[in-house]
Amino acid sequence: MSTAVVHSLWTTAADPISKIGAPKIEYAQLAPTLIVVGAAVVGILVEAFVPRRSRYYAQLFLSVVALVAAFAAVVALAADGYGTTKAHIAAMGAIAVDGPALFLQGTILLSALVGLFTFAERRLDPEAHGSRVDSFAAQAASVPGSDSEKAAVKAGFTTTEVFPLLLFAVAGMLVFPAANDLLTLFIALEVFSLPLYLLCALARRKRLLSQEAAVKYFLLGSFASAFTLFGIALLYGYAGSVSYATIAQVVDGTVTNVSPALADTMGNDVLLLIGAAMIVMGLLFKVGAVPFHMWTPDVYQGAPTPVTGFMAAATKVAAFGALLRILYVVLPGLRWDWRPVMWGVAVVTMLGGAIVAITQTDIKRLLAYSSIAHAGFILAGVIATTPDGVSSVLFYLAAYSFVTIGAFAVVTLVRDAGGEATHLSKWAGLGRRSPLVAAVFAVFLLAFAGIPLTSGFAGKFAVFKAAAEGGAAPLVVVGVISSAIAAFFYIRVIVLMFFSEPRPEGPTVAVPSPLTMTTIGVGVAVTLVLGVAPQYFLDLASQAGVFVR
Amino acid sequence: MENLIALLIAAPLLGAAVLLVGGRRLDAVGHWLGTLLAATSFVIGLVLFADLLGKDAEDRTLTQHLFSWIPVEGFQADVAFQLDQLSMTFVLLITGVGSLIHLYSIGYMEHDERRRRFFGYLNLFLAAMLLLVLADNYLLLYVGWEGVGLASYLLIGFWQHKPSAATAAKKAFLVNRVGDMGLSIAIMLMFTTFGTFAFGPLLGTHEEPGLAGGASEATLNGIALMLLLAACGKSAQVPLQSWLGDAMEGPTPVSALIHAATMVTAGVYLIVRSAAIFNLAPDAQLVVTIVGAVTLLFGAIVGCAKDDIKKALAGSTMSQIGYMVLAAGLGPIGYVFAIMHLVTHGFFKAGLFLGAGSVMHGMNDEVDMRKYGGLRKYMPVTFITFGLGYLAIIGFPGLSGFFSKDKIIEAAFAKGGTEGWILGGCALLGAAITAYYMTRVMLMTFFGEERWKNQPTRSPQAPSAEPAAAYGGDAAAGHGAAATAEPHPHESPKSMTIPMIVLAFGSVFAGGFFSIGDRFLHWLEPVTGHSHGDSPVSALTVTLATMVVLVIGVAVAYAQYGRRPVPVVAPRGSLLTRAARRDLLQDDFNHVVLVRGGEHLTRSLVYVDHTLVDGVVNGTAASVGGLSGRMRKLQNGYARSYAVSMFGGVAILIAATLLMRAV
Repeated sequence: MSTAVVHSLWTTAADPISKIGAPKIEYAQLAPTLIVVGAAVVGILVEAFVPRRSRYYAQLFLSVVALVAAFAAVVALAADGYGTTKAHIAAMGAIAVDGPALFLQGTILLSALVGLFTFAERRLDPEAHGSRVDSFAAQAASVPGSDSEKAAVKAGFTTTEVFPLLLFAVAGMLVFPAANDLLTLFIALEVFSLPLYLLCALARRKRLLSQEAAVKYFLLGSFASAFTLFGIALLYGYAGSVSYATIAQVVDGTVTNVSPALADTMGNDVLLLIGAAMIVMGLLFKVGAVPFHMWTPDVYQGAPTPVTGFMAAATKVAAFGALLRILYVVLPGLRWDWRPVMWGVAVVTMLGGAIVAITQTDIKRLLAYSSIAHAGFILAGVIATTPDGVSSVLFYLAAYSFVTIGAFAVVTLVRDAGGEATHLSKWAGLGRRSPLVAAVFAVFLLAFAGIPLTSGFAGKFAVFKAAAEGGAAPLVVVGVISSAIAAFFYIRVIVLMFFSEPRPEGPTVAVPSPLTMTTIGVGVAVTLVLGVAPQYFLDLASQAGVFVR
Repeated sequence: MENLIALLIAAPLLGAAVLLVGGRRLDAVGHWLGTLLAATSFVIGLVLFADLLGKDAEDRTLTQHLFSWIPVEGFQADVAFQLDQLSMTFVLLITGVGSLIHLYSIGYMEHDERRRRFFGYLNLFLAAMLLLVLADNYLLLYVGWEGVGLASYLLIGFWQHKPSAATAAKKAFLVNRVGDMGLSIAIMLMFTTFGTFAFGPLLGTHEEPGLAGGASEATLNGIALMLLLAACGKSAQVPLQSWLGDAMEGPTPVSALIHAATMVTAGVYLIVRSAAIFNLAPDAQLVVTIVGAVTLLFGAIVGCAKDDIKKALAGSTMSQIGYMVLAAGLGPIGYVFAIMHLVTHGFFKAGLFLGAGSVMHGMNDEVDMRKYGGLRKYMPVTFITFGLGYLAIIGFPGLSGFFSKDKIIEAAFAKGGTEGWILGGCALLGAAITAYYMTRVMLMTFFGEERWKNQPTRSPQAPSAEPAAAYGGDAAAGHGAAATAEPHPHESPKSMTIPMIVLAFGSVFAGGFFSIGDRFLHWLEPVTGHSHGDSPVSALTVTLATMVVLVIGVAVAYAQYGRRPVPVVAPRGSLLTRAARRDLLQDDFNHVVLVRGGEHLTRSLVYVDHTLVDGVVNGTAASVGGLSGRMRKLQNGYARSYAVSMFGGVAILIAATLLMRAV
């Protein structure tokens, strides 16, 4: 330790407390998050003060306005150059305002908006005692099958709290990919995870399955969070700071010491490696990568389908955003250590998701495994460690979210007496009964499979191209093999819908309100536009592909 | 002036479009419209010809750049035309003979319900053929090449209700595809070797070869052989000759225009146009001469045995094109004579076919010459014009064929060395056989006893069960349902005889006009170049020898068919005769080698596909499925086992990260 440093430490310690100024917060640049959080808080007040019969409309209005306004704020920031030239770190080093953050926030807000429409759908379930109901439990607290549940249903209750919960989750997701220190990252993680746990438990039908899913999600999520928190502690021990930039500098060796209290552990690479692995593990859990994926099928199946769609899309966007930032901003100096490990994770994720999906018989589980395989494909782009890798992942995430939300929205339409008919055998011959719905679903499946002229192809192509150019050609080979395996089960559903005899007691396709129609229509439109003319959006993603450090 | 070039093509193309799109309301005038547009093209051709004549011999090249077709970096394809003496010759032949045959068809197709469509196709053919000879690059030439192939296919199969016609069209198309493949490969080779396929930079002039001069001989041989393959397909040369005989299923004007005068000579055009390449590829040139020599004998032998008048003429066409290809293979010694023979042949062969059509027209569509005989009394005009064509093709002194064929035989000897003797010998032998089979046709048709009397004819091509009048044309132009009655031979209408007379003039005078004063040589030499070669025998000797073999051929035929009565039922004949009747077993060969071979190949491929490929695929699918079934058991629904898996996962993750650092 040099004398100058000792001296500065001395003087720092001797500074009077009064010198700590008020933190400088750039409210305008944080506007997207603040708007959503504010609306969520107002939503709670709505629950408290607005009469029950008006709450649905008030909440829906509030949520739509909040999401649209937040999106407009994102666009305004991007137009103002915050995505490129004016990118910087706001809120005293806690939040990054840069291209990837804004791009992902925009994607999350848009997918939340179209997801919100499926939350608000009230025409699919038959009316319960004269009032229209949505996919959510009449009263979450009532025990399934109990008298109080029956009473709540009879009274026509609906859980309008889902709207503020959704907004809270969105707020957390907005911060997650923008977080620029580890504590903010963890707070954001919890802020969006907790509402999701709750939302998963709120299904109107099959409530036990729903609650089981929520408990599993909560338990495993907490388990993963614990690892993340432990990793954060270890990294702090390593670098003496939770700030991304500082940790990166310590990893690179440009800053050797920050705090005397940590002199014993500072720069201990074992701490760094274990800590980094644990944080990355927490993020891999959220994106559903093998072997941290096991919650996915159970939770996707049990959660109310609108929640599943929203969660599958937005969580993945947020978590991949955070993962990118950790790997590209905090740990670039460590990439020779983490790349081989991530290779392994990507390979088992792609293959595992695709292979296990083959034998699934439930459409929601099938889509869950499909989402695991897609997580693997995106990981291939993450591993590229090039600017192209970042932009291809951004594009893929945007493309994937709309396909996913659209596909789950279609799942909500196919119903029989027990609610949604998710067993695949019931989908046999759907193309004969409801050609339009089946055709739309076929478009989504083709996009999942990565068939040209759909967004899935453009995304997969971008990701594989980036991976190949980033020196991960074998990974691309595995990716293509997995895609081939995955194509089997996507096409199998199409064959089932169009070339099988309809079952006599098969499900009916409910006619949705314009809300769900919008969701599905936007999904199809985005899928086709990004598939036919992807260049503009690829350029956009590529402009947005630079992290601020 | 050069802006007229596009109009040459545009006129018949417009005709094709209008006639094919216009529908039935044009039925009444369609044939006149088609003929008018063909004649328009001919007139434009004459204007351009006059313009060329007004220039110096070295400057007689007009070019017109219409538009850029495929402008890509490093790959420039233009729609541009080049009119030089060689193209001009073809333009006049195509539009001139074409117009005459349009005129002839008005009468010939009078009773055909689909006459308008027929004229549409004919116009389409003219446009494509003109595009072929006017293109200034190989890619555009290829467009015309495929266009004439299409027109040929449509017209051979014009009477598609006849299975034989439909099959013949398909056969012609398939065999031509083999040749077309050769042309496309040649173009690709040119592009990869030279980076262009435009005539100007690629071929240069006959004195100063362009880029082609810079390539290795092996490459040039490859390109030249592929071009030869293309020529063989289009010009019915051995080994791709099998389609031409069957193509006679088409209406006779089609046989005259496409399968005698113009399209089948496109191969000769291709070789002569590519002279710069062939001149530098001596091996390929040798192959060209061999193909020509073999085909001229092959076609002649087939022509001797056929009783079907059109098929006999088809064999003759094959043989005469063999002469042209032989001449073209001789290099600068022969190019001019190849084209000269091509033009004179265009006249007399078209005339012969039109004459044959006229005979059939008067004979209830009978094509079997054994059921003809003594027709000269009934069809005097046909007899005279056909006779003049006959004299021209056998090379009777003073007529067209005499000049052009004699020059080719001379050129073959002038090749020098053993090759020269062999090729010259083949050409002489061919001349003898030509004299023989043409005399045979002549005698069986117009002389001898009238074998059709008391002999109701039944056309093999128009079964009586067919309502002949409904389809008209060859089936019963003018004779309605009399297909099984005794024929009443008569002269054809004016619209048919006039073209025959005009063509007869060409048959008589064209050769002399071209040869006296070497007019044609001087005209074409700036394009193709010319050398006299080094003949071991004098021109006079060759001419005398040609006369001798001519007399022998005619005498033998007279002895067999003039002095003895012709049996109505063909005798069994020698082994060679029987083989020649079967087109020297070409179809049998193709069937055994190609069809059977192809069937065996596909069967074995299917077997491999079913066992090996499907086995691997199904095996993979089954093992992936099995793996899936086992892996999903890990997903047992217990949160505790999920947690264990996560714990294991993170342990592996940490271990692997540390391990990476350790190594």
